[in-house]
Amino acid sequence: MSVLLIAEHNNKDLKPFTLNVISAASQMNNDVHVLLMGHNSDTVAKSISEVSGVKKVIQVDNPIYENYLAENYVPVILKNSENYSHIVSAANTFGKNLMPRVAANLDVSQVSDIIKVIEPDTFLRPIYAGNAFATVKSNDEIKCVTVRPTSFEPAPSTGGSAEIVKADAAEEFSLTKFIKKEEVKSDRPELGTARIVVSGGRGLQSGENFKLITAVADKLNAAIGASRAAVDAGYITNDHQVGQTGKVVVPDLYIAVGISGAIQHLAGMKESRVIVAINKDGEAPIFSIADYGLEADLFEALPQFLEELNKLNTIQK
Amino acid sequence: MKILVAVKRVIDYNVQIRVKEDNSGVVTENVKMSTNPPDDNAIEEAVKIKESGKAKEIVAVTIGEDKAQETVRKALAVGADRGIHVKVDGLVEPLAVSKILKNIVEKEKPDLVFMGKQAIDDDCNQTGQMLSALLKWPQATFASKIEVKEKTLEVTREVDEGLETIEVNVPAIITCDLRLNEPRYASLPNIMKAKKKPLELINATDLGIDTKPRIEQIKVEEPPKRKAGIKVANVAELVNKLKNEAKVI
Repeated sequence: MSVLLIAEHNNKDLKPFTLNVISAASQMNNDVHVLLMGHNSDTVAKSISEVSGVKKVIQVDNPIYENYLAENYVPVILKNSENYSHIVSAANTFGKNLMPRVAANLDVSQVSDIIKVIEPDTFLRPIYAGNAFATVKSNDEIKCVTVRPTSFEPAPSTGGSAEIVKADAAEEFSLTKFIKKEEVKSDRPELGTARIVVSGGRGLQSGENFKLITAVADKLNAAIGASRAAVDAGYITNDHQVGQTGKVVVPDLYIAVGISGAIQHLAGMKESRVIVAINKDGEAPIFSIADYGLEADLFEALPQFLEELNKLNTIQK
Repeated sequence: MKILVAVKRVIDYNVQIRVKEDNSGVVTENVKMSTNPPDDNAIEEAVKIKESGKAKEIVAVTIGEDKAQETVRKALAVGADRGIHVKVDGLVEPLAVSKILKNIVEKEKPDLVFMGKQAIDDDCNQTGQMLSALLKWPQATFASKIEVKEKTLEVTREVDEGLETIEVNVPAIITCDLRLNEPRYASLPNIMKAKKKPLELINATDLGIDTKPRIEQIKVEEPPKRKAGIKVANVAELVNKLKNEAKVI
């Protein structure tokens, strides 16, 4: 029995988190097959075939898969699901939208957002915004699993030489139509994979003041994050949100500025290797999980921080 | 149009979660319970659509033990017209929940089904998608903006890369993001009025749906604790620690 993994891509590039999911899948069973649905997606198929650990690429190329809709992906997955012990995807908005629709069709109780593979049928997953960890065992014949990508190392993108097999499209689902996607373009590292994240909260007081965060992030080549409070207040767009309902990040360094540390925010960043908190409220909960806490007014501390960083000869990229 | 809204009773989001000593789950006795936060957004959106004249009736449904009724009453207090409580004891997985909801949908024949995108207890994020699979309906998950048109909805979805817009034909399932709207509070007169609104009780066992959990919960533990950090006196010390002690910059 093998693992069927659903690739996330934009017809040109494979989304990097797919590599992390390939690692997790290899721990369930080392015969990992990747299903790619797209349009004019040959370069993606080729790059998947080169990933270490991938044994087979199943490519379905058709205009109806140019944009991702779960309603169109699922019939293809079902058609190809025979002989697999596991169906796996990332626990991001792509996989969260997709996998339950697969599981319900197969009458399988899905295991969401795993952070560890204990046995091929037994997994560790956070519940209650990461305030408890549950060890769960799936007894369904096929296991439908979504994987928290940041909990697994990415599989090396080279070293593999899987065969690419073409497969047929399924019937189009005509009741849902893709209209548009507004992607936020940025030269910065992506929030989910950045080595350093600098995040701002309500303490910033305005969107304009986020330029203080931006300046530090530029200097450190960091991604910019935000608390839900800052996003809700309109200081910054939602794709920056870190937390239970936003993105989960695990950088080497997480700098929380003007963020009090609500449970739902901590759920998205508390596994970071080193956490820095800058907040003028010494009682803020963020200090209870920070490795280094600085009780200070961020409007004074951030410019000083930038100045001190400028004094350093080298900054790791 | 008729809208069915599914709501779940969960531990209040402000409560500090405690794991049971025997590792069988988390402590729920004598703990404040509330409506799952994004389910409040689901009710609010349904009420707004009704207020705009585009919907005639809102039915709120919950699945759970006796006390889950409070969650339906709250939905009635903010504007739902009728309530349904499907009584089940113990843990019910999203797959079983979606089978029960399918049964209710077939009886009630709503045009739209709204619910929160995720429950903050099990953090599964499955029920809406599973229900739409079972009904073969369109799904618009993680909705942050909804525009009701003639026979369709235009829905803006919160996705990792930014925002995505899709159009779904009615009937459809919508799962709601916290950013969809600002849920209103129930006024005292409306809370009193809600007590008189009809609430139907159904026993899950009478529906002939197997609600036994499929997934074995082997144990629930506290997550590993972070070791306590230190407070630094000033920015220079912070940068020095990051450079020379943590070696991250």
